[in-house]
Amino acid sequence: MSNAVAWVGIGCIVLTATAGDVCQSRAMRQIGDLGLLRQSRGILHVVRRVVSSPRFMLGLLFMALAFFSLLVTLSWAPLSVVGPASASLTFVSNAFAARIFLKERVGRRRWMAALFVAGGVVLLAR
Amino acid sequence: MNFRKYLILLAVVIFGPSGDVCLSRGMRDFGAVTAANWHLLLTVLSNCWILTGICLLLLFFGSYLTALSWADLTYVLPATALGYILMALLARIFLHESVTPAHWAGIGLIAVGVGVVATGPSRTVRSRQGKSRDGHGSPSEVAYDRGGS
Repeated sequence: MSNAVAWVGIGCIVLTATAGDVCQSRAMRQIGDLGLLRQSRGILHVVRRVVSSPRFMLGLLFMALAFFSLLVTLSWAPLSVVGPASASLTFVSNAFAARIFLKERVGRRRWMAALFVAGGVVLLAR
Repeated sequence: MNFRKYLILLAVVIFGPSGDVCLSRGMRDFGAVTAANWHLLLTVLSNCWILTGICLLLLFFGSYLTALSWADLTYVLPATALGYILMALLARIFLHESVTPAHWAGIGLIAVGVGVVATGPSRTVRSRQGKSRDGHGSPSEVAYDRGGS
């Protein structure tokens, strides 16, 4: 399998994983502090609120797609390439997506953190 | 950020890698799963390492969602990246995998990244339950209640 096809697979993993993280972050922000909610209404209420959130379920769907994209891509390229590339690129793409879709203020501090961690993951996964 | 929130981040850092290590240890008892012996995937569910791993990963997911309920995604992901370091150390101790100089360099970079983000604000946008208590951070990253959206 060519390198280009493997990178398409890695792109799919990064896109679906980022979409999953963004959906779940949006869902949790909408529900509010789960710790406070658990103290006031109990754990069962928290679980019911989370699983009844359409955004949370959409996030789960994207996470499942990311998992299957990973499985398929691993049949095209070795784990030593797919693992570090997808994990580190997901850190960077999450910073872009959080800025665009979640309106988070991603300043210099958070960009630096994302890039340091992404670089560290590449080295750690070699 | 208060003590309870740091504990939640610590739970994310500890439960994720511990769960992965338990799953990895459990799968060593079974060998490679292929299309020919896919039914092994059902058998592995009776392995105590796998069951412990699944329980730990459920705790990880709960802690991760809790953290996302009061902190930004761009805060939670780098702040909990210490889990990668813990995973390397656990793999060395329990699975006897080697940690090379490149791994140590990666651990150093991740530690710097975590330090950089953890000293900033955890929330820069308004959540449903109102005000953030974190008003500190760099001018480009101030929490929303000091001039945010």
